Amino acid sequence: MGNMGGADLYSPMDRKFKVKEYAIFLILLGIFIVFAFFLRDRGFLSLVNLMNIFRQTAIISIMAVGFTFMLASGEFDLSIGSTVALASLVGALTLQRAGILPAVFAALGVGALIGYANGFFVVKAKMPSFLATIAMMGIIHGLARWITHLQAVPVLNKTFTYIFGGGNIGPIPTLFVWTLVVMVIGQVAMVMTLFGRKVLATGGNVVAARLAGIDTERVKWLLFIVIGMISSLAGLLYTGRLHAARYTYGEQDLFTVVAAVVIGGNSIYGGTGTIVGTVVGSLILGMVNNGLILFGFSVDQQVIFRGIMILIAVALSPKGPKE
Amino acid sequence: MKNGYILELRNIYKSFGGLRALIDVDLNLRHGEIIGLVGDNAAGKSTLMKIVSGAYRADEGKILFNEEEVQIANPKDARKIGIEMVYQDLELCQNLDVPANLFLGRELHSETFFRFLRKRNMEKESLDILHRLKIDIRNPRTKVDKLSGGQQQAVAIGRAVSFDPKIVLMDEPTANLAVVEIEKVLELTLRLTEHNISIIFISHRLDDVFRVSDRIYVLKHGYMVAVKEKLKTNKEEIVKAMFMDVEEQESLQQ
Repeated sequence: MGNMGGADLYSPMDRKFKVKEYAIFLILLGIFIVFAFFLRDRGFLSLVNLMNIFRQTAIISIMAVGFTFMLASGEFDLSIGSTVALASLVGALTLQRAGILPAVFAALGVGALIGYANGFFVVKAKMPSFLATIAMMGIIHGLARWITHLQAVPVLNKTFTYIFGGGNIGPIPTLFVWTLVVMVIGQVAMVMTLFGRKVLATGGNVVAARLAGIDTERVKWLLFIVIGMISSLAGLLYTGRLHAARYTYGEQDLFTVVAAVVIGGNSIYGGTGTIVGTVVGSLILGMVNNGLILFGFSVDQQVIFRGIMILIAVALSPKGPKE
Repeated sequence: MKNGYILELRNIYKSFGGLRALIDVDLNLRHGEIIGLVGDNAAGKSTLMKIVSGAYRADEGKILFNEEEVQIANPKDARKIGIEMVYQDLELCQNLDVPANLFLGRELHSETFFRFLRKRNMEKESLDILHRLKIDIRNPRTKVDKLSGGQQQAVAIGRAVSFDPKIVLMDEPTANLAVVEIEKVLELTLRLTEHNISIIFISHRLDDVFRVSDRIYVLKHGYMVAVKEKLKTNKEEIVKAMFMDVEEQESLQQ
């Protein structure tokens, strides 16, 4: 080890192709090829169908990016699904009375507030995030049902539906743009910024992070607020895409979001944060779902498949901290 | 510098409830010296080190640094004075690479709204640190959990040294290591003195203590029962000091 200049670090030796890092893309590609072959007569490869897959996975991907950050710090937020519904309803109600900007602020405010409360229970009251956020999920879900007595709130504002997931910019759905923006911001924040580093350190070894002077409690609290707001965005996108707000939005999403994050290669024990992996995981799930529909499987059978996929992903995912 | 001591502990007392952990303990550390601190379990070694590193405060007693009394109320105070602690259970983030661990909590970053990490600068400085201490880690971008126990310990020591300390406290740095790796960590420990660092080396592996220390302090039940020059003592004498009462030792010598 004679020459230890900085240049050494960037030698091709360190750029070895690591199959493991690209495995997720290979799996996506593999499934795509298999489906493209077996479902070639059932329209899998049609542009409409492929766009459909993107549309159906977009909102899940966005929520999954938030969940990846949460998990990277070593915490869970199980209240994201119900936050989607409440933010959607509050957003739509505000839209009817006050217009787009207040509606967006109101919806994001709901998510931020829920996140603030979650953070309080976990950071200050020292409750396990798993339990605190599951309790919060119940509260928020009840509120979402109560606020309009189970009634849907129609959204007629065309500008709103265009921006939030209903429209297209040229051939590209706005939903796709939102997903891309959230993914890129998420990836950059995780890998290239001080905040991302603090999140990973917190999830990797909270004692070491604290000893090194990182305010791990602040990091976690902030993350709860951020994931609340991301869930709110998901709620707005559902509202725009489906031209109405409903208390049922997001109800089934937690399961899929967790599946996407884990299939994407993130450890459920915290400390890993591959945003791109998460989004690819979400795409894999969407593609498999789509394929199963085209094969003629029922919704019930699809749910079973998704469960099996989570089990396989967890079995293959990075193990917990060493003893 | 009249007496040549960088660190002096005088008449240190510490109790936890009714339990007296340290009773009237004195310890002196010379510039560039390595002292071994030995004792049976619960003899008070870790408590003493935690007082020096700021994790605990002594009930009574003085701490002098370069012959001036200092107050060490918390780990930050200790760091400011120039005292670093290397923990037994490595305080590293296993999921991060070597530069990330060396710079944990004081990452180099831009001053823009989004604080972008200056990864290249951190990698370069990390290589400098590893090079200076002759730590053999081929690819610093390796995640720490992929390194051997000895390499991890070296990273932990490297992190301590990167704060430019005057004193490093090492708590059982060779515990849980394979034999080959122990020697490397001991060599690294000896090398630190070339960088004007004085060391307190805690271990219950007497072989290691004899390999690196200049003098050996023995704690027993909270009392400092012996201080020996390494060259004027042997393992047998240290073991007796660790485990036997004074009368027993005397009767054996007769």
